[in-house]
Amino acid sequence: MSQKLTDVAWNGLWKQNSGLVQMLGMCPILAISTSIVNGVSLGLATALVMALSNAVSSALRNFIPYEIRIPVFILIIAAIVTMLDLAMNAWTHPLYLVLGIYIPLIVTNCLVLARVEAFAAKNGVLASAVDGAAMGIGLALVLGVLGGIREFFGNGALFNGIDMVIPGTHALQILPEDYPGFLFAILPPGAFITLACLIALKNWAQARKSSVARPLDAVGCAPGAHAH
Amino acid sequence: MSEPVAKQPSILGLSTSSAVMMVVFTLLFTGLMAGTYEATHATIAKSAEDEQLRLINDVLPPSSYDNRLLKDEVALGPTPELGLASGGHVWRARKDGKPVALVLEAVAPDGYAGAIHLVVAVQADGTVGGVRVTEHRETPGLGDYIDPKKDKSKSGPWIDQFRGKSFATIPPERWKVKKDGGEFTYRAGATISPRAVTNAVARALQYVQAHSEELYR
Repeated sequence: MSQKLTDVAWNGLWKQNSGLVQMLGMCPILAISTSIVNGVSLGLATALVMALSNAVSSALRNFIPYEIRIPVFILIIAAIVTMLDLAMNAWTHPLYLVLGIYIPLIVTNCLVLARVEAFAAKNGVLASAVDGAAMGIGLALVLGVLGGIREFFGNGALFNGIDMVIPGTHALQILPEDYPGFLFAILPPGAFITLACLIALKNWAQARKSSVARPLDAVGCAPGAHAH
Repeated sequence: MSEPVAKQPSILGLSTSSAVMMVVFTLLFTGLMAGTYEATHATIAKSAEDEQLRLINDVLPPSSYDNRLLKDEVALGPTPELGLASGGHVWRARKDGKPVALVLEAVAPDGYAGAIHLVVAVQADGTVGGVRVTEHRETPGLGDYIDPKKDKSKSGPWIDQFRGKSFATIPPERWKVKKDGGEFTYRAGATISPRAVTNAVARALQYVQAHSEELYR
């Protein structure tokens, strides 16, 4: 409980961002980030699962023998995902039709286990829930940006598939209707390359910030930042 | 078990207590999952049925039949003619007891990225009532226009061109995409997905032609 909740949240959203810094959960990042709607949907579903599994693991952390903590954590995560999948299917069916296919995928995301092991096992329930939610929302942001870039270059429109989430809306065509499309951006290699560009951009922004703040000692860690 | 040296539990003691805890946690969470399943499965079954019906309504207007369609089903075993490797269903629509249409599950095994699952409605006179894709993994933005939800042309989705066609208007040998010398359009850039769907619809029609007597029975 030593950490301030705002620090925990900021860590998850930006400083330790799961997509750009921790590089965890590459499988869903690459597979699902073909559009903003897909990316943000999976990200939010992940955030919900992470907040819950972090909170439950944290609440039970004093009862879990250290030697078997990993299997117990997996058990907790798998049980939560299963229950959430069933509950959403039954009681929030329209939402389930949109997010449903992603929920079972979340079990395969090592980010969930990583946060339980690295954070929830050592921190209180509230801080753990905030950490899980912030990490998940951080992932949702990256997936959203990635999806936006990929669908923009891929077929010249943003928010493809929004009508499945909010009926009556439709995708925003940015480039002319006869834009031939750039398949590469939609296929997995496009995800790798776009993600690499985003990571480079974040590193550049950080290096620039630290070189502005501390112009004298920033040189060593940020050779690419513009010199003073 | 480890009373003399309480600080250093024996291997056996540690293993036993870990195993007991593992069993306790497993039972606890299995119980929770079972409870959730019990609480939800009736609602889930209901909405799965609604969804199935909504899908069928897309290919067959609900006003055209008066029987309880989902209850009037034939379970097919493995049917290679329809691409059903592990079986599927046929639903029979009737009005006043007379056959109206068959709604078949069919699979096009030769999509660009694996199998494309379809439902096809074939009316009693052999015309296609409609076709819908229920499951596919075709390339987003390229071959996925076979699914009207992903089709950019909302007014005239590609897949609606089958509606109202039959072997009487288009002979079986012309029931292909234009590139293969047939009658059906496809969009530039992706031929494989529409070809797979078109051929699967043709096979479904052929299947109905050959088996309609026994299917309606």
